[in-house]
Amino acid sequence: MTTRQQWLPDEAATLVLGAELAAALRPGSVVLLRGDLGAGKTTLVRGLLRAMGHTGPVRSPTYALVESYRLGGCDLHHFDLYRMGDPEELEAIGLRDYFDGEAICLIEWPERAGAMLPTATHEVALQVVDQGRQASITVC
Amino acid sequence: MRILAIETSCDETACAVYDPGVGLLAHALFSQIDLHAEYGGVVPELASRDHVRRLLPLVRKVLRESDTPRPDAVAYTAGPGLAGALLVGASTGQALAWGWGVPAVAVHHMEGHLLAPMLESPAPDYPFMALLVSGGHTQLVEVAAPGRYRLLGESLDDAAGEAFDKTAKLLGLGYPGGPAVAQLAQQGRDGVFRFPRPMTDRPGLDFSFSGLKTAVLHAVKSHADDAQTRADIALAFEQAVVETLAIKCRRALEQSGLRRLVVAGGVSANRRLREQLAQLDADLFYPRLEFCTDNAAMIAVAGALRLQAGERAGPQIAVRARWPLAEL
Repeated sequence: MTTRQQWLPDEAATLVLGAELAAALRPGSVVLLRGDLGAGKTTLVRGLLRAMGHTGPVRSPTYALVESYRLGGCDLHHFDLYRMGDPEELEAIGLRDYFDGEAICLIEWPERAGAMLPTATHEVALQVVDQGRQASITVC
Repeated sequence: MRILAIETSCDETACAVYDPGVGLLAHALFSQIDLHAEYGGVVPELASRDHVRRLLPLVRKVLRESDTPRPDAVAYTAGPGLAGALLVGASTGQALAWGWGVPAVAVHHMEGHLLAPMLESPAPDYPFMALLVSGGHTQLVEVAAPGRYRLLGESLDDAAGEAFDKTAKLLGLGYPGGPAVAQLAQQGRDGVFRFPRPMTDRPGLDFSFSGLKTAVLHAVKSHADDAQTRADIALAFEQAVVETLAIKCRRALEQSGLRRLVVAGGVSANRRLREQLAQLDADLFYPRLEFCTDNAAMIAVAGALRLQAGERAGPQIAVRARWPLAEL
């Protein structure tokens, strides 16, 4: 496991980090995204999806819990578990079906899922510092 | 004709019984039912969104309340939404219809929202413009006639209601965020903060509220944390959202030449939004709040329309997690 730190002065830098991360992903990759509200998790996902060729809107999955994309023959699921109160809910909504070992899964607020999640391949933690963000990127 | 409607696309488990000739006969959300009565004294632990265990008690309740031993058709939400959640409603709806020997019909969740104003009196005449503005959606849709919809604009990131909820969180307020932010904004001083009106300086009817959340975050972090400052931020935020929505509505009405505007979704309850929209050159229609958020009454209305058009669900149980309105 290796972890590196990176300073993101603005939104553009967050988008670039997302694009860099995209290049490292393979089918079955599981990326955990940590950080408070407004830290830039969904912005990072937008940069990642753009780099993978997605041109449409990147909607926040906060309400729908998951937004799915099909990119270059690979399924990608973008989760936001912010509204989960109890890991048992994930079972009730069929979350397990998404973790099929083939799709790329990007998971915001993974701590709400308890032990339900598959093993992560990458983890990115974002922290707001003044106008910028401090990113901590772990390859598991 | 009595239609049993089932909605399980996201958070809510909801059922309704509706007769197009008479009106709504019964409707309920799971949160309203008396578990103690339904389970005969043994109250089970139910996880939120556990549609499997929530649905049948609710079906029984609306059938009982409307004195409907057997409905004439079953309508269920087939998408868009969470596949696992949708499948509960679709398979239950199909199974009940099969058991009763009556037709089933698959309904698009957003068509339900667009037709919810038809539950009110007076209902709007067609054509009309609809602004759907809630925690999950921010959309402008032109409704030319029943079944004829055109998506003119939508949020490219966060929904307006979601921006309210997240701003509430940043300001240390509770959930749901809309009423809490609006209440705090009443103590705000005009002009202390000013946030951008996203995407109003360019043509088009799309929305973006994610940047506004970030603007609030920076305002909170870079100013003294006192009650007056929080109120000032709440007011500036509410003004920015409301003005953005009003600008886009005015633009949509002007572009389409329509003079009727339906405003639905939880954010439609916002008083400042209603005041701003009242200044538009249009007749305004607001479904009552319980039919603005997810419910089964609206699914029944859309289902009735589809049944009258001769649509029937096939024997296979199919849902569509992604289902563009344009494909209806």
